[in-house]
Amino acid sequence: MIWVAFAVSIWGLGWWVNARLAAWPTSRFTTAAVPIIFGLTLVLIWESLVRGLNISAVLLPPPTAIVARFAASAAILWEDFVQTVIKGALSGYVIGCGSAFAIAIGIDRFPFLQRGLLPVGNFVAALPVIGMAPILVMWFGFDWQSKAAVVVVMVFFPMLVNTVQGLRETDSMQRDLMRTYAAGYWPTLLKLRLPAAMPFIFNGLKIGSTLALIGAIVAEFFGSPIRGMGFRISTSVGQLALDLVWAEIVVAAIAGSAFYGSIALIERTVTFWHPSQRR
Amino acid sequence: MSRSILPVMTVVALLMASWYGAAVGLNAPWAFDKAKRAGIELTVVALVADTWSQDKPKLPAPHQVIAELWETTVQKSVTSKRSLVYHSWVTLSATVLGFALGASLGIALAVGIVYNRAMDMSVMPWVIASQTIPILAIAPMIIVVLNAVGISGLLPKAIISMYLSFFPIVVGMVKGLRSPDMMQLDQMRTWNASPSQTFWRLRLPCSMPYLFTSLKIAMAASLVGAIVGELPTGAVAGLGARLLAGSYYGQTIQIWSALIMAATLAAVLVGIIGAVQSVTLRRMGMAR
Repeated sequence: MIWVAFAVSIWGLGWWVNARLAAWPTSRFTTAAVPIIFGLTLVLIWESLVRGLNISAVLLPPPTAIVARFAASAAILWEDFVQTVIKGALSGYVIGCGSAFAIAIGIDRFPFLQRGLLPVGNFVAALPVIGMAPILVMWFGFDWQSKAAVVVVMVFFPMLVNTVQGLRETDSMQRDLMRTYAAGYWPTLLKLRLPAAMPFIFNGLKIGSTLALIGAIVAEFFGSPIRGMGFRISTSVGQLALDLVWAEIVVAAIAGSAFYGSIALIERTVTFWHPSQRR
Repeated sequence: MSRSILPVMTVVALLMASWYGAAVGLNAPWAFDKAKRAGIELTVVALVADTWSQDKPKLPAPHQVIAELWETTVQKSVTSKRSLVYHSWVTLSATVLGFALGASLGIALAVGIVYNRAMDMSVMPWVIASQTIPILAIAPMIIVVLNAVGISGLLPKAIISMYLSFFPIVVGMVKGLRSPDMMQLDQMRTWNASPSQTFWRLRLPCSMPYLFTSLKIAMAASLVGAIVGELPTGAVAGLGARLLAGSYYGQTIQIWSALIMAATLAAVLVGIIGAVQSVTLRRMGMAR
């Protein structure tokens, strides 16, 4: 009972601090502190509720158990991380985004193809592409190549649609200006249209970064060698070793946030001129 | 609209042609193998005919998939476990329930975020961070744990769908509820409007275009969630189960037909929202 009371009071305290902080003028400190306090509050409540209500570790392990497991099986987690994120997701992401970008540039000179490809691409981007996973696992075998292939298929269309859309972003006045400079197709593309397309391209890259991890992990549910995050999650659930599952989720969360964050960081330096990036 | 029909048809025709071509390429080794064992020399016509009609091809040709679809939807009774309509219904119900839950949660969170500054600052970063976590990876655990508590069937899948679909709605609705500009808000203030009047008469109507756009994304995400949610239950029912069973037994035609069915389902669901959107926006005088 004491733990439950503790959880309730932690909630009250955290919320009170945040309400006070939110009333302050916005600064670097408040924008970072408020979400961190909120997150810490949630973790503390989780820990104390699991202890207070005697929830079995098979259902929901407390955060301390997860941290202990994380430290104890760091070697396994690292092996899975390399197999799934580095080999599967990252290589597929690079191939998929690279080829989508190249094809978007390639069909740039054919407005007819573009008009046809945009609706089809938008349609395919909304489909449950993840369903291709069993087929691709069948084609490319159980190892990371098939995971990379799933990632390629998943990131390809969002990236393609965004790049094609971005290349249309310049208005006629800007293009006319390039023409008065006697700039040909390639200088116009490199100096005007590609920079103007960057916000869209980064949008595609960001969407792709979350899809890539999902694709690589889910593809492992359909068959994998005896390592990898998806494999570990599905087998550990079967063994009711939920603390290991949660440790894998922590790894996935860190990897996903780092992936997304690094792309957002690159975006900020590349598209510093865009209104959404200005301070 | 009609201007883009011809280009779209061209692209679709190109895709179809490359599909048939790839079917020949991928299935040829098996056809050659068979011919070698039978001791026959394959002509080009025979090769193509064989690659387009194998039982368990690496890549089934489109007409084989369509034939399978016809067989499993029209020619089977709807209640049969072999009927694709039955499996689609299982997936559809989880999708729609998860979508409804996700939409309500998303709208509620968005209203809270717009009206409460503390909530905006503490919840919004976590909402965004929650999507960098590959939630689908947790799907098996959610299913198994909820099963252990005694909740099974529709709800666990719907929860996964909900998790995937609430995010686009929160982001879209926050943007939409904040879309009225200073002038409009000041106008409401000169009319001495209460906060709830400002909400119902200005903010909510202004957010409608944003809401519908994010509802479409959420619906597609919800379907993905339902399909993946069906994987760990061990291929019982639903389109995800058909995918899993097909991959266990190498029934490629079954996988492709389930895939096409899922695609059709996604297109129909998104299309319905699109229709509601155009009717609503037209009656609100917001259609562009």
